[in-house]
Amino acid sequence: MTAWKQAALDTLPVFAAYLILGMGFGVMMSREGFSIWLTILMSIVCFAGSLQYVAVPLLAAGASHATFFFMTLLVNARHIFYGLSVLERYEGSGLKKPYLIFGLTDETYSLVCRQPYVKGEQRTGYYFAVTLLNHLYWIAGSALGGILGNTLRFNSRGIEFSLTALFVVIFVDQWQNTKRHLPALIGLGMTLISRVLFGRPHFLVIAMVLILIALLLLESIRPEYRLDVNILANVEADQEDDRV
Amino acid sequence: MFDTHALIAILIMAGVTAGTRFLPFLLFPRGRNKPRLILYLSQVLPTAVIGMLVIYVLKDVTFSSISGFLPELIAIAVVIALHAWKKQPLISIGGGTVCYMLLVQQVF
Repeated sequence: MTAWKQAALDTLPVFAAYLILGMGFGVMMSREGFSIWLTILMSIVCFAGSLQYVAVPLLAAGASHATFFFMTLLVNARHIFYGLSVLERYEGSGLKKPYLIFGLTDETYSLVCRQPYVKGEQRTGYYFAVTLLNHLYWIAGSALGGILGNTLRFNSRGIEFSLTALFVVIFVDQWQNTKRHLPALIGLGMTLISRVLFGRPHFLVIAMVLILIALLLLESIRPEYRLDVNILANVEADQEDDRV
Repeated sequence: MFDTHALIAILIMAGVTAGTRFLPFLLFPRGRNKPRLILYLSQVLPTAVIGMLVIYVLKDVTFSSISGFLPELIAIAVVIALHAWKKQPLISIGGGTVCYMLLVQQVF
């Protein structure tokens, strides 16, 4: 199967979710009286679903630019994790690399990470197709929402669950592919704990800190989770090559 | 309405978002000797982060009423059951989503 065919198939659930969620965003923007061009522009340059939703009432209220700066940092800090975990995969992706990084949303990240990774293997074409398709779905959804505005009648309530289902499926796949379940449980558990203890606005940032601490502890107390020696051997071999 | 204040706000959000996505790549450029710790994290983070995202998308679930958590609980069970049975992501995701939509629209 070609990279594009595979990507089109894999992104189908994202297509459904982004089209509807994008429309939701577009409708909200048009109800606040914003020009459709502003809606489309935001979906092109930000391409960050939850941020765009949070931003609409703030835009309407004319909040200060500093507010937008800090809110974006808070809502999107999780992207730092994504970058850290695809550093190796995206190496050698050449001119496409900046776009791959620019478009690293929750959903793109999860599809990229679902692919088994072999060091040195190039899947740039597939990553690029996934990123671009997702971006286009998102833009199309928000444009459609902006145009249709209040006239929308289709009862799509609950369709956003396709994102939850996508993440659950990836979680199950990853679970079945390894015997070492502690990192998955740490992610689940730490986020749950901080959601319960700290409430909705800030729990994600706190969860990220807790996850980092827990993963670092894990490395020092459970040797089987330490860096895979094979990966390390490859990296060191590469560095040998660089010297030559 | 096309307002400049909103336009600048959007560009700020775009810049900061790109910043959060580019930061790791700027800190650890290609070919540079990456610290062991970063390599360890890139090995264990993907599974931890998907676990985090599962909870993140369920952040609006409440236990104060049955309709606040039961549709999610049932639909997730359906997704897992379908996935264990067929191993086809589209069937699991599509089936679970249709089930959830029926639950929130018709039942709860």
